[in-house]
Amino acid sequence: MASYNTNEFKNGLKIMLDNDPCSITENILVKPGKGQAFNRVKVKNLKTGRTLERTFKATESVEAADVEDINVEFLYTDGEYWHFMEPETYEQHAADRVAVGDASKWVKGQEACVMTLWNGAPLSITPPNFVELAVARTDPGLKGDTAQGGSKPATLETGTEVKVPLFIDEGDVLKIDTRNGEYVSRA
Amino acid sequence: MSESWQPAASREVMQLRARMLSDIRAFFDQRGVLEVETPVLSSSCTTDPNISSFSTRYQQQGLYLNTSPEYCMKRLLAAHGDAIYQVCKSFRDDELGPEHNPEFTMLEWYRPGFDMFELMHELADLVQMLASNCALNSDSVQKISYAEAYLQAAGINPHATSADECRSCAIKHDIEQPVGLEDDIDEWLDWLLTQLVIPTFQADGFTYIYDYPGSQAALAKLHENPDGYTVAARFELFYGETELANGFDELLDADEQRQRFEYENRLRMGAGLQPSMIDEKLLKALEHGLPVCSGVALGLDRLLMLLTGADTLEQILAFPFPRI
Repeated sequence: MASYNTNEFKNGLKIMLDNDPCSITENILVKPGKGQAFNRVKVKNLKTGRTLERTFKATESVEAADVEDINVEFLYTDGEYWHFMEPETYEQHAADRVAVGDASKWVKGQEACVMTLWNGAPLSITPPNFVELAVARTDPGLKGDTAQGGSKPATLETGTEVKVPLFIDEGDVLKIDTRNGEYVSRA
Repeated sequence: MSESWQPAASREVMQLRARMLSDIRAFFDQRGVLEVETPVLSSSCTTDPNISSFSTRYQQQGLYLNTSPEYCMKRLLAAHGDAIYQVCKSFRDDELGPEHNPEFTMLEWYRPGFDMFELMHELADLVQMLASNCALNSDSVQKISYAEAYLQAAGINPHATSADECRSCAIKHDIEQPVGLEDDIDEWLDWLLTQLVIPTFQADGFTYIYDYPGSQAALAKLHENPDGYTVAARFELFYGETELANGFDELLDADEQRQRFEYENRLRMGAGLQPSMIDEKLLKALEHGLPVCSGVALGLDRLLMLLTGADTLEQILAFPFPRI
């Protein structure tokens, strides 16, 4: 089984902690000049997204997590699985609801996403930072009330509800920031 | 690694470094301590299992970069007997972080005829002089034995403790037990020192700890402390929680030095590391005779970090490791 020594620790390294794959986000050396060194690391659990801290005696070895990121395109969902394809090889991967997570709110088809694989199976999906989606339903805004701050709910073609300015109409195509779920502009 | 060609430290910091170096040279010149230079390349490397050496070569001959100038300076002491100091680069592999850079500037000096406490006094004079030039609060210098510091902060006697007692102490103080830390007392003492003892040091002043456990003597003499425990005549200086200097009342006995090197090599092999070639030239110098002396190494980059109010070494090095 592949493993890493603590002297190979760096940001982005994928290791196994408590049976979950994790990515190192910070690595601090705790070392008295003439004594035993320790590595205090912050890691992000790639399954839960939670951050945790752990300290290792230097020279310990830690099991490597078999994690890789691949570029994929979203194809469709059958309600249970979300189907993605690697554009170069046409190889398809099916991600379940847990792996897709919030990405399901923003993809309708053909978006370029990053799929994180753990031991070859989909672990998580990162959608593009910005997506363009049409408004399926929203109440009419008041005439003349443009750029004045006020907002109203709108349901996108993916079924996701977002806050939009009052001047947005049904059928408008919007640019949405998937990292915070906020309306950016009309596309 | 950074792509930037520019220095990390500001012009002001560069000027302060130059000022610090000229103040140090004036300090030793005034006290009749001779500045020396010894090679950075070395044909043998430290046996210390916690320090990794960089290796290089000249043609087919394997060489190492110094982790400290100690051995060559002791050979000079054995030959000439003068009080000497050196400002030089030292190199340690696997050490990079807010307070670690793989190459760093060290000030090391040796005082024939001084015991550990006399050298601690001289070191305090030096750092207080440098600090007062930079408006760093330096009035307070506290001295506490390793045992007393442990007793006050952790409630345990480090010279008569067990791994179980250390583990209970960690649990009581809500300190994590690192992965891989099992039953080695010295590893436990190092861990609790960094997590529990050092954080109790005064924030805005210097703190000395002295009389380290006999098992952590390195190149220091052993002696008996007032409670009858065998301890090392070794001290360290901190400002707040930042470790600045390590010094010894130097071990003179060549046979004992060889035994310690061999012991450290056994520790290296136990930890899965290559044993180091023992520095026979140093041992020959000790056999010839080293004057009774104390010596200390002070990390000048760390000191400059404090003098300039910086939080990390990256802010005060012209080209810290990620920019080389």
